[in-house]
Amino acid sequence: MLIKKNKTRAALIALLALGSAAAWPRVASADTVLRIGMTAADIPRTLGQPDQGFEGNRFTGLTMYDALTGWDLSSADKASVVIPGLATEWKVDDADKTKWTFKLRPGVTFHDGSPFNADAVVWNVEKVLKQDAPQFDASQVGVTASRMPTLASAKKIDDMTVELTTKEPDSFLPINLTNLFMASPAKWQHFYDNAEGADAKAKSQAAWTAFAKDAAGTGPWKMASFTPRERLELVKNASYWNKDRVPKVDKMVLLPMPEANARTAALLSGQVDWVEAPAPDALPELKQRGFKLYANEQPHVWPWQFSRVEGSPWNDIRVRKAANLCVDREGLKDGLLAGLMVPASGTFEPGHPWRGSPTFQIKYDKPAAQKLMQEAGFGPNKKLEVKIQTSASGSGQMQPLPMNEYLQQALAECYFDVKLDVIEWNTLFTNWRRGAKDPSANGSNATNVTYAAMDPFFALVRFLQSGMAPPVSNNWGFINNPKFDELVKKARQTFDPSARDAALAELHAASVDDAAFLYVAHDVGPRAISPKVTGVVQPKSWFIDFSLVSMN
Amino acid sequence: MLAYIARRIVYVIPIVISVALVCFLLVHITPGDPLVAVLPADASQELAAQLRAAYGFDRPLPVQFGLWLLRALHGDLGNSIATGRPVLAEVMRAVSNTVTLAIAAAIIGFTMGILLGLIAGYFRETWIDKVATSFAIAGVSVPHYWLGMVLVIIFSVQLNWLPAVGAGPNGSNSWAWDWAHLKYLVLPAITTSVIPMGIVTRTVRALTGDILSQDFVEALRAKGLHETGVFRHVIKNAAPTALAVMGLQLGYMLGGSILIETVFSWPGSGFLLNSAIFQRDLPLLQGTILILALFFVFLNLLVDIAQAAIDPRIKRG
Repeated sequence: MLIKKNKTRAALIALLALGSAAAWPRVASADTVLRIGMTAADIPRTLGQPDQGFEGNRFTGLTMYDALTGWDLSSADKASVVIPGLATEWKVDDADKTKWTFKLRPGVTFHDGSPFNADAVVWNVEKVLKQDAPQFDASQVGVTASRMPTLASAKKIDDMTVELTTKEPDSFLPINLTNLFMASPAKWQHFYDNAEGADAKAKSQAAWTAFAKDAAGTGPWKMASFTPRERLELVKNASYWNKDRVPKVDKMVLLPMPEANARTAALLSGQVDWVEAPAPDALPELKQRGFKLYANEQPHVWPWQFSRVEGSPWNDIRVRKAANLCVDREGLKDGLLAGLMVPASGTFEPGHPWRGSPTFQIKYDKPAAQKLMQEAGFGPNKKLEVKIQTSASGSGQMQPLPMNEYLQQALAECYFDVKLDVIEWNTLFTNWRRGAKDPSANGSNATNVTYAAMDPFFALVRFLQSGMAPPVSNNWGFINNPKFDELVKKARQTFDPSARDAALAELHAASVDDAAFLYVAHDVGPRAISPKVTGVVQPKSWFIDFSLVSMN
Repeated sequence: MLAYIARRIVYVIPIVISVALVCFLLVHITPGDPLVAVLPADASQELAAQLRAAYGFDRPLPVQFGLWLLRALHGDLGNSIATGRPVLAEVMRAVSNTVTLAIAAAIIGFTMGILLGLIAGYFRETWIDKVATSFAIAGVSVPHYWLGMVLVIIFSVQLNWLPAVGAGPNGSNSWAWDWAHLKYLVLPAITTSVIPMGIVTRTVRALTGDILSQDFVEALRAKGLHETGVFRHVIKNAAPTALAVMGLQLGYMLGGSILIETVFSWPGSGFLLNSAIFQRDLPLLQGTILILALFFVFLNLLVDIAQAAIDPRIKRG
């Protein structure tokens, strides 16, 4: 009986294994479908404030939602700058610089047909800032409030005007607001009214859970179907308010594929049309098979962040400058990273409005580096020992171990003796907040945590302002430079956008001149795309505009 | 028999409590912030404190464990920090996908293992034995994630016969037992089956060889029993041990494989664990580990009972 059963099973398996494969399931309709393999292990949250960092914003934020302000993603060459979104114009109050007036875009509706207006803005601000609001959701607070640290409240002036108040004068507010996506209050209310729960908090949570499965924003893409951890299907919003950004393809399918080889295989086998971060080893084959490879400088920095506490070897500016001059970044790019990096000469590169004109030129100049080290009292027989805390992997860390070993070898030629303290990524990330004085630093005098440089607070202020030292924020090394503090204050209190940019450029130039970091690389966000996909513009941003893409 | 079953069930209770305690402690004593999924490193202190209180991480560890266990006993494993979705629903969906994969892999692995083991044991020390044993050794030696990648390269990338990743043309929600869906199962199932296939082959081969050399087999042959009848006796005698080994292997497969499910983006419990680990999603991690650990506990219980039913000597022990 057992043998008979086994025979049947074996026959079935043989049929499965040996049977000729049918043709791939093509989409039955004539709709054009763009299928994308993401690096995320899960679909980023769909309820308006995505998790998983900027990859989350890229796929489930900017697609389904708009914010009051947005990013210009139309050019691969120019810097991506803030542009009007759901707000058409804004200005700070002349008498009270903590009050801003935002004029809203008329005629915009959410995907559920409800109107976008001042009430919706107030509702969305309060979902993350007002703890006694019914729609307040703790799970959305962390990823939102930290990206707009000074926003305090919102008030309706009239249907199309809203007043936002900050805790202190802060010219960065319009940039920060790119992170606050507008979800439909009417749709949420519908779910809330029908939710089951013991109390208002439970009902609110249930309403958000339901909203995440059937979301409504104002963005160019509408949610069509959602299978947690497997796929999100978006369809084009044909009545999107910005006619230039109405999607050219009918449907976009987002698939989480955390493993690089799996993503690449899915692309090569035709299962997807587009993958983020293909396996580096597969790039030649992808090219050879006609796939298009895209990469562009991202607002991302791969640095060593120096400790500036008493006794740190990095307190000597000659040592900091020597380290910056001793690294052959082009060699790192062409050798180790197969071209997938941009050499860093600061947080921002030339052409960026916040770059400024540093006098210290970060480049590869080994003799100059050796000279500086000799002036600082070091040489072939007296090496300077430094210890760097890093991780073996991690979000945005690129290839931390080989890259650090490359630096170790390069800096050895300039009389550095680099020791690496390799720890788990989440631990490194947590230690980042604790600072160089904390025992968790384990004697390290530099840390290697990469950072996003989308807005001035995250790119500059949190590292350079003395008040941002742990436990307040990420000034891990306890930098305490009165000039930086003064420039931060100036930038934050300069409200004319071009004057503010000039102040930020001054701050950035000062930080480069001070060799505040060892600036090594910018990531390039590589992606491989089927030749049938056209119209791709990869801007100098973490984001990309899927509306511009067509399918042949 | 009933007393034996009751005794085994009583033994399970302290094991379940210990499993719950260990899985809670394991995820809590690891370094790092439990709110890393929803709290960026640049968040303010006030915000961090606010969220820590909102999620209950400001309470003492024993209180957190007590509350978690109490809720777990009521079937509530909490909500995922990263997604806000209920953990139990997430885990059960993932487990059902892993069960689909495990069953397919078990059918392949156990069938092949039993067949190869019986053949190798019957033709011991011949070239047939060597070929079958080579398969078994390859099965347990080849890293399965590597085999998975090789299969993907051959059957998906080069031949374009089978899908490289996923659990169906529209995800696992709409799973059906037709070819359009089954073809997504073929490569992960074959990859998952190689280790159990190797282990079962070796076990059955050893058992068959041993039993065939026993006196009662000689006696059966001397009494003129046909070779098929002899073989039936061999299988019956080998069954309890083989069943125990297969039970354990099925348990391993039901636990899911992080590597295989990640290679094939198969949305099972291994894929879920991987995601929970990287997002440091403690409630999800705890819930997944607990459910998987309980699988092992109850599977072992079932195997013990099944063994006792097949071999009465066991329950006397």
